[in-house]
Amino acid sequence: MSFFKAHWKIIVCGTFIGSVAALLQKYGNPPNMGICVACFERDIAGALGFHRVAVAQYIRPEILAFVLGSFASSLIFKEFRARGGSLPLVRFFLGFFAMFGALVFLGCPWRAMLRLAGGDGNAIIGIAGLIFGIYIGILFIKKGYTLGRNYPAYRLSGLLVSLMMLGLLFLLIFKPSLPTGAPFFSEKGPGSQHAAIVVSFIAAFFIGIFAQRTRFCTMGSIRDIILLKDFHLASGVMSLLVFAFLANIVFGQFHPGFANQPIAHSNHLWNFLGMTLAGLAYALAGGCPGRQLFLAGEGDIDAGVFVLGMIVGAGFAHNFSIAASPAGIAPWSSYAVITGLLFCIATGLFMKKHIA
Amino acid sequence: MGTKTLDLRGLSCPQPVLETKQAIEDPLFDELAILVDTKTSVENIQRLVSDRKDIRYTIEEQDDFTINLMKIKG
Repeated sequence: MSFFKAHWKIIVCGTFIGSVAALLQKYGNPPNMGICVACFERDIAGALGFHRVAVAQYIRPEILAFVLGSFASSLIFKEFRARGGSLPLVRFFLGFFAMFGALVFLGCPWRAMLRLAGGDGNAIIGIAGLIFGIYIGILFIKKGYTLGRNYPAYRLSGLLVSLMMLGLLFLLIFKPSLPTGAPFFSEKGPGSQHAAIVVSFIAAFFIGIFAQRTRFCTMGSIRDIILLKDFHLASGVMSLLVFAFLANIVFGQFHPGFANQPIAHSNHLWNFLGMTLAGLAYALAGGCPGRQLFLAGEGDIDAGVFVLGMIVGAGFAHNFSIAASPAGIAPWSSYAVITGLLFCIATGLFMKKHIA
Repeated sequence: MGTKTLDLRGLSCPQPVLETKQAIEDPLFDELAILVDTKTSVENIQRLVSDRKDIRYTIEEQDDFTINLMKIKG
C-alpha cells in the first residue's frame, strides 16, 4: 500500500491515459493507435503537406491539446518557465532521427504499449529494442554525456510552441481550402480515422494537465529503473498498459497475435533496431515524444525544437521511402536507421564534459 | 569534511539527480548545497533521498530551489 501511496498520482495518470486511448480508438481513432505521438505528428506533417502520403494526413487535435493542456497546467501551478539554449540544433536532429526509428517500427513508446495492450506481439520486439536503445543512452550519460544547460529566456519565446498549436487548431476547425489543397485531410486510411475533434481535444487536454503535473515519461520510466532503481515513472507506464489492456478486453479490441496486426509489420530485426534508434534518441534528449510535448507546453524551447525535428523527420521519412507500412519496411528504412544510430552514437560519444 | 555546492540549474533529466547521487556517495563531503531550477528536479532528488535515514534535507525556494542536504553519521 505504501507503494501506491507514494506513487498514486502517476498511477492515476497512467490509468487515465491507457483508458482514454482505448476509448479514443472506440470513438474512431485508428486501431491500436488511440494515441500515438509519433504517428499523430506524422499525420500533422501530412496535413501541412510536408509529405504527400494520402492516408496519413490529419491535424490531430490530441497533439495540440497535449501542449495546450500542459501550458494551462503550468500557468495554474506557476511552473511555466521560458527556457532554452541547450544545443537546440542537436535536439532538432535527435527528434528528426527519433522519428525515423519510430516510423520504421510504426509507433512511439506510448503506441508500443497500446499495441501490446491490443495483443500485437510485434510490440514486444519493439519494446525490447526501446529498452536496448535507452540502455545505450544510459552508458553515454554515465560517461558524462550532456547537451549542457538551458537558460531563462523571454517569456514570449516560451509561448511559441503553444501559439503554433493554436494556429494548427485554427486550421483544423476552419479547414481553409487553399487552391493548393492545403491543409490536406485523408479521405481513407488511418489519417481518415479519428474521433470527433471536441472529444479528442478535451480528453487530450486533461492528459496534458495530468502529465505536466506528474512528469509522465515512458523513456524516463525505463531509464530510472536501470539507472536509479526508481520505479516511480514505471508505475505510471505499467498502469497505462494494464488499463489499456482491460479497456480493450471490455471493448472487444484485444486481438492477440503477430500476423496481420493493424498498422504494423512483422520484420523483427527492424522493429527492434528502429526502436533502438528511437529509444537512444529519447534518452539523449531527456524525454519521450509525449514528454517533449508537455515540456514544450511549460516553456521548454529546446523540447519544442525536438518536436519540430520530429515533424520535419516525419515528412522526410515518408518522402524518402524510410517509413514502414503494414507491407513491411521501405527501401531506405535500414540505411536511415543506421544513419540515425551513427548520429546518436557520435552525439553520445563526443558531446560530453570531462568528469574528474 | 566539507560542504559542496552543486549548481544543477538548466540540466536535462536525469543529470540533476545523477550528479546529486554521485555527490552523496563522495565521502569528502558531509553537506551539499544543491541548486536546481525546476520543481521536477526537486521531486526527483527528494525521491532519491526520502527513504534514506542517513540523510536529512531542507528545501529553500526563491527564484530557484536550493536543497540543503546533510549526511548523518550512524
